[in-house]
Amino acid sequence: MSVRLGLETMAARAVGTVSRAAGRGGGTTLPGKLLWKVDPGAVDALAARLSSGVALVSATNGKTTTTAMAARILGAEHRLAWNRAGANLLSGVASALVSSRAADLGLFEVDEGALPEAIARTRPRAVSLANLFRDQLDRYGELELVAERWRTAVRGLPDETTLVVNADDPLVADLAEGRERVLRFGVDDPRHARPALQHAADSKYCVRCGTPYTYAAAYVGHLGDYRCTACGHARPPLDVAAREIDLNGLTGSRFRLEGPLGDVDVALSLPGLYNVYNAVAAASLAFALGASPAAVRDGLAAFSAAFGRFERIPSGSKTIVVLLIKNPAAANEALRTLETGIPPVLVVALNDAIADGQDVSWIWDVDFEPLLPHVGRVVATGDRAAELGVRLVYGGLPEDRLEVVPPLEAALDRGLELVEAGTDLVILPTYTAMLALRGILTKRGMVRPYWDGAAP
Amino acid sequence: MIVRVGHLYPDYLNIYADRGNIAVLTRRAALRGHELVVDALGIGDPVQPGEHDLLYVGGGQDREQTLVAPDLAEKGLQIREAVASGAALLAVCGGYQLLGRGYRGRDGALMPGAALFAHETVAGTTRMIGDVLLECELEPGVRHSLAGFENHAGRTLLDPGAEPLGRVVHGFGNDGESGFEGCRVGRAVGTYLHGPLLPRNPWLADWLLGQALAHASGGDPPTLEALPDELEAEAFRVSAERARARGGRR
Repeated sequence: MSVRLGLETMAARAVGTVSRAAGRGGGTTLPGKLLWKVDPGAVDALAARLSSGVALVSATNGKTTTTAMAARILGAEHRLAWNRAGANLLSGVASALVSSRAADLGLFEVDEGALPEAIARTRPRAVSLANLFRDQLDRYGELELVAERWRTAVRGLPDETTLVVNADDPLVADLAEGRERVLRFGVDDPRHARPALQHAADSKYCVRCGTPYTYAAAYVGHLGDYRCTACGHARPPLDVAAREIDLNGLTGSRFRLEGPLGDVDVALSLPGLYNVYNAVAAASLAFALGASPAAVRDGLAAFSAAFGRFERIPSGSKTIVVLLIKNPAAANEALRTLETGIPPVLVVALNDAIADGQDVSWIWDVDFEPLLPHVGRVVATGDRAAELGVRLVYGGLPEDRLEVVPPLEAALDRGLELVEAGTDLVILPTYTAMLALRGILTKRGMVRPYWDGAAP
Repeated sequence: MIVRVGHLYPDYLNIYADRGNIAVLTRRAALRGHELVVDALGIGDPVQPGEHDLLYVGGGQDREQTLVAPDLAEKGLQIREAVASGAALLAVCGGYQLLGRGYRGRDGALMPGAALFAHETVAGTTRMIGDVLLECELEPGVRHSLAGFENHAGRTLLDPGAEPLGRVVHGFGNDGESGFEGCRVGRAVGTYLHGPLLPRNPWLADWLLGQALAHASGGDPPTLEALPDELEAEAFRVSAERARARGGRR
């Protein structure tokens, strides 16, 4: 380690310790911010020292979970530098590099917008790109803008980098066209196809000619087995596929993972088809880094949940189930996992801070409708609780089943009061509401602070 | 009474919760004993003047807007005739831009629009994003506030004498400079405000509904029975507060 880098790293570590000691949100980006400010080139130098290289994960939805799954698989063989709490800008990558002295492999989720710079600075061995959905348009801009950034980033990838792409997303699959080292993954089980494209589906039109795609199967949003009848652009053959999928409500799923090195049966304790996508993405990335099918199977089986994405938290005789909702596609999939067992009480928390998206119009693109006639009671909470209440009532929720309780802690207690002993209270929070909720539950001693994390 | 709505390009222009605006009109009509019948009008489907009491054009991402723009320009004459004969219309964001004379890109080329509204939109280099609060006077002496969210790169320049939907109290509005937001021609209203617009601004939903009912009956807009609207008022209050605290600055 050069003297300068050594001193900067020590200073940054010291700040991280102080920040955690002061209870100010884990210091997940603070030391990195410092290093990033003092010397951005230190990220390049620290990344270059990792003997097994760097792997990057980006997507609109599932980054944190996919990266955590990959960490669980790869952690058996490697010492990881991993931004586990989801601090996914370059400063967060810097933090993880600083705090993982002995690491040999860097595993980083990267914000969609930060991908070009992350690629340029870390020169990754493998990059996983999983999906592009409409997301917080006030923050990220339109889908096409993000896609264009990704195209530029992919053009800058070294030839020896393996690009792992979701073949089921037309825009993402197209990024791999013409590259040699590519691993294409997807889902292949038409029994789980949606009857129609969801209202908020993006990328419905052929990336080549603009004609609407015909779907043999649409699985999650616009992800699926697509074909353009005009120009023939279609989903490419899958190198890694999830087949024979059994979804089991909120408890998990099983599927057959078919890959270039053989097939394994995977049991996942996370709900929903979207987590099958996350698992196949994580498996493909692990394959690209040399993991065996058995290691992938074992890692996925041992995986419980990524920070705040899907958590089951016991509260006396009741269980709090937290499903993060942050954009229409993610929220639709969270709701879909509830379809088989509609909860009697649902708490939905809508905040509108920058990290949630200041523009709350996305709640109208979420398909709440199938759930609303059946749910017993909804507690709407958060900074935009009334807005959410209006949306649910106009979506068909009888007004006498709605309670608007803006303070989050009061809404949590009201929800717990409404559910019966032995049952689940399902809470769907946006990002900052999830953080606040975790803060409340930490204060009550029910969860550990997020920087302690779950063992990888 | 049956209110016939023509929803243009719902498969393409549906961003920023356009279906929320339709849901609000549907429910508020039903609560007053009227039925909204919504026809989807896609590319190649003709707009027949007189057939619809209200036309709706939502917003889309650039790619989708480019795909529908030529078709919408072709429908221009029929849309102008429909509005001239008393049909109501609401256009939001991209739909609002495309119903003007056209959109001038950074290369200077004009993508023609439907020419209902007397304005032209020019591509800008920065986006105008944030909460907005307007003051409107659609009927002489009757003032209302309107709260929403804007996110647009285009600067929409009204022709001299063209009537805006309202004056900007907080936020950017049409072009970030003039203090105008939206445009109004007869019973047609165009605006950048989404969020969506109607759920937290029920007075505008009722105004549009009244105009559409007037077209359907051939008479004057009826007085609609008042609704409690407590949640709507609270949603408006918070949204207006946001515009005051963090709306775009001119």
